[in-house]
Amino acid sequence: MSLREALLTHNADLLPGRRDEDWRWTDLRGVLRPLPDMSTDLQGLTSRPDIEVLPGVIVRRHAAPVAGGVSDIELVVARGEVVLLLDAFEAGEGAYVRDAALPIRLEEGASLTRLVLAEDGADAVSVICSDVSLAAGATFHQTVIASGARRQRIETRVTHPGQGASVRLDGAYLLSGKRHADQTTRLDHTGPGGESRQLVRGVAADQSRGVFQGRIIVREGADGADARLTHNALMLSEKAEIDAKPELEIYADDVACAHGNTVGALDEEALFYACARGIPAPEARLMLIEAFIGEIVERIDEAVLQALARSFVATRLEALRG
Amino acid sequence: MLDIQNLQVCVADKPIIKGLSLQVPAGEVHAIMGPNGAGKSTLSYTLAGRNGYEVSGGSATLNGEDLLALDASARAARGVFLSFQYPLEIPGVPALTFVRTAMNAQRKARGEPEISAPDFLKRARAVAASLKMDMNMLKRGLNVGFSGGEKKRMEIFQMAMLEPRLLILDETDSGLDIDALKIVSEGVNALRAPDRAMLVITHYQRLLDYIRPDRVHVLAAGRIVASGGPELAQQLEREGYEKYETAA
Ligand SMILES: Nc1ncnc2c1ncn2[C@@H]1O[C@H](COP(=O)(O)OP(=O)(O)OP(=O)(O)O)[C@@H](O)[C@H]1O
Ligand SMILES: [Mg+2]
Repeated sequence: MSLREALLTHNADLLPGRRDEDWRWTDLRGVLRPLPDMSTDLQGLTSRPDIEVLPGVIVRRHAAPVAGGVSDIELVVARGEVVLLLDAFEAGEGAYVRDAALPIRLEEGASLTRLVLAEDGADAVSVICSDVSLAAGATFHQTVIASGARRQRIETRVTHPGQGASVRLDGAYLLSGKRHADQTTRLDHTGPGGESRQLVRGVAADQSRGVFQGRIIVREGADGADARLTHNALMLSEKAEIDAKPELEIYADDVACAHGNTVGALDEEALFYACARGIPAPEARLMLIEAFIGEIVERIDEAVLQALARSFVATRLEALRG
Repeated sequence: MLDIQNLQVCVADKPIIKGLSLQVPAGEVHAIMGPNGAGKSTLSYTLAGRNGYEVSGGSATLNGEDLLALDASARAARGVFLSFQYPLEIPGVPALTFVRTAMNAQRKARGEPEISAPDFLKRARAVAASLKMDMNMLKRGLNVGFSGGEKKRMEIFQMAMLEPRLLILDETDSGLDIDALKIVSEGVNALRAPDRAMLVITHYQRLLDYIRPDRVHVLAAGRIVASGGPELAQQLEREGYEKYETAA
């Protein structure tokens, strides 16, 4: 069951839908009938993104397909190497459908800071999935910032070996109109003493819908794991929807795991406070939203990537004005 | 300057202010005292323009202009400043950023140019120094993790920066230690000017020893039930509100 198989075999019966537990909030069946053809230039093949190496940062630009498109690219960060990576998904025209698989392997002591900026068209269906494996002593810090699509899902599945490896999986979504964004993570602690941190924040305006599914699994033998997961969302309109499911599955001893989830409206009192100081309500609202999402941006520890994230967020905030 | 006539305000459909009249001429400081729940904060929120404070009758004007017709930010641009009884925390927005945003928004509303970053900083440093505040505090999220007294001092910092014309202080003295009370009062006194009016809400005579009011009013059950000179505050301190509560 996957969008990829459905596209490659042109068989809509293979699409994930509401009945699949893991896709119940991001139904593709209902929205992809009929299934689009693969873009003609690809003829059933998979494509690769454009890769550009800027000073200090590897940039992978993922252009949108014309119709249906499947793309693949693996990244291996070699032993001891330090890499900054930007995965920039660019919006295309109309009702395109993309499926991108971007596996990542970190060798011993390797370090990767990854920023995913996911921009898609309002009528698009976009599924981006990364399987990430870390060797001992590796560091993987990721921030995903998404603005949704008709259906957009960004999934990250991490295998965490413990043993001095460190993982941070942050995310933010800023949604307006009828956009939908799903951020799904699975963090598999397989070895002893692993630490992981996750903070995901989102805002949903108009009739948009934000989905967050965060699963942490601490396997037998992953004793002493320390995993924290927090999701906070703001609903900016009564017609917006947020669905969140943080999950912990623990099969080991002596673990410190915590998860938190809050969904609320903008703080009306703080809003009045700002207005009473002379800031007009629409600006005050944006200021509070920017501060809320700003915490995610500030956690990005590499200045180049932080600046890129900040400007992406600023552009999306403009769409929330009004 | 501030002219309130027969004001009536409902909160959640419950009448709280019931025909309140009050005039504060330019250059004067008036104190409002009154028992808990009398409607003092309700009056200040109403003047500041908070949603949910329904004016069902009467008027409030500032220099002849109808305040009640304006939204909260427009009132601030006209010079209304409320120092909150319980200042809010705004995580992620440093105090300096907040004040500069507010100042420039007010200037824009008045058709004035923005203040330059160096000019703003220079002024912020001077005001912070006069209130004995650490500049580092102004770089943290506004009021986040501040003590009650620090929040009150931050209110006065904002007031001094924004240079309003009508200053409403809602229990600015509560939560302040003795030294802070003195510093804050000096900050307020420094803002006394012939073109400014102040409304000082307090429960304690002590604040009025520092900020000498021209007039003292007693607010009980949604009305001004007595007015007098500074000696009225001393009398209240001795006798309490009992006789006004029965009168109202
Ligand atoms: N949102 C609300 N809903 C219902 N009643 C309210 C609301 N806000 C205030 N009130 C009521 O209005 C009355 C006046 O409250 P207000 O806060 O103005 O009193 P106050 O004079 O400032 O008292 P204090 O000295 O304790 O600060 C109180 O009886 C209070 O319970
Ligand atoms: Mg009060």
